[in-house]
Amino acid sequence: MKDGNSFELQEVAKSFGEHDVLKGVDLSFKKGEFVAVVGKSGCGKSTLLRLVAGLDKPTGGKVFVNGKPLNGLNKSSRMMFQDGRLFPWKKILQNVGVGLNGNWKHEAMELLEQVGLADRAHEWPSVLSGGQKQRVALARALVNQPDILLLDEPLGALDALTRVEMQRLIEELWRKRDFTALLVTHDVEEAVTLADRVLLIEEGKVVMNKEINLPRPRQKDHLQFVSITSQILNRVMQVDVVMENMAING
Amino acid sequence: MKMQEKLNKKLNNSYFISWLVPLILLVTWQMLSLWGVLSERILPAPTEVLQAGAALLETGDLAEYIGISAKRAFIGFLIGGIIGFVLGLLNGISNIAETLFDTSLQMLRNIPHLALIPLVILWFGIEEEAKIFLVALGVLFPIYLNTFHGVKSVDKDLIEAARVYGLHGFSLFWNVILPAALPSILVGIRFSLGIMWVTLIVAETISANSGIGYMAMNAREFMRMDVVVLSILLYALLGKISDVFAKIVEKRCLKWHPSYQ
Repeated sequence: MKDGNSFELQEVAKSFGEHDVLKGVDLSFKKGEFVAVVGKSGCGKSTLLRLVAGLDKPTGGKVFVNGKPLNGLNKSSRMMFQDGRLFPWKKILQNVGVGLNGNWKHEAMELLEQVGLADRAHEWPSVLSGGQKQRVALARALVNQPDILLLDEPLGALDALTRVEMQRLIEELWRKRDFTALLVTHDVEEAVTLADRVLLIEEGKVVMNKEINLPRPRQKDHLQFVSITSQILNRVMQVDVVMENMAING
Repeated sequence: MKMQEKLNKKLNNSYFISWLVPLILLVTWQMLSLWGVLSERILPAPTEVLQAGAALLETGDLAEYIGISAKRAFIGFLIGGIIGFVLGLLNGISNIAETLFDTSLQMLRNIPHLALIPLVILWFGIEEEAKIFLVALGVLFPIYLNTFHGVKSVDKDLIEAARVYGLHGFSLFWNVILPAALPSILVGIRFSLGIMWVTLIVAETISANSGIGYMAMNAREFMRMDVVVLSILLYALLGKISDVFAKIVEKRCLKWHPSYQ
């Protein structure tokens, strides 16, 4: 079922008081697509995510999920936060199963196995490392099979090695489980590693919408990978690539 | 196995050490009494206090008085604790309740509850209600304040995460708000256990016809120094027991907390 749109934003705007964070954003996301949003901090990328999650209401325009306008919390989405937000008073297994009813333990265990933490199921979150906490958070986000996974800089606080490991894990689970993923990140390389499409938001507007047609899993030393990454990065930093090339060549 | 043994030994040691100071004090006291440095009219020897206790135990008075005092403490604590807890939750969760009740509660809190003794005696005489009322009033505020503070300072991000994961209403309260507020609530409980005994001692020495405080006042009239000291020691012991109990509850409820691991 990879046809049709998972969700859509029509003329979505959001302002806090006098401050306009998003100024009329039109976007649509195909089912099963992996989209990354990059931009400088404060550009409104996290706000976009919160609007899709239904945590905030747009001040203008509408969000559509599966063709229906979103009202309140987006129940077909799950969000993974930068700081994990595990409940310290719940054992790891109970954290994964939070909000689930009925016979959830089996499924929660399975997810923990997939993120490689099945043997830690009965420990408290406080004994885990940052990377392990994020893996638990990922398992928790995926356990009730959301159509949409929203990732709010989930790897921002991790060290470089753990980060690469987590990127692989996210990609693997995304390919296996077929959800639509929306990743907010400030790391352009991470965006190009994972996404089918990279959006750049600047001052509340989408200024770039770039398809990444590289085979997966992507090699970071691949020539095309490097050129796409630096192209996006330069656009983020507002360096005129043409001017730069001219200076080098001439 | 060896690690376990070592750990046990260490724990036993620290347990022993914590009782070392009271033990030394007791022995010193006994010696001073034996040598006649401490006059019997100032402080009777520990052995005499023990004898007085044994005699009272035989007549059954001691058990009865301890039972009555403990019952008053417990009922008063339960009533005051529940009221404080419910008000704390209500005002912590609902802004309307907070605006409605918090100012009044803060004003009441600043009245020393023991200042109400004359009024309480006029209302209830020296019946059970007087003591229970005072204890309940004394424990209400520490529990109210700490519950309120605990609920107010629950991490908003965690509540938001819980909402994203489908928790709301009672399940949100039970799974997130209550456990997050629990460390603070338990501080309130430990604090109010102290107040509970202080209130009871004062209330029983001023107006009672049974209980440990009554025993002490009665003994004073007959110049029974040993019984007076006995009742004071009993209060110390009961206070310690309730504190140990609170600590056990704390340890069981806060297993997840890094400070209790």
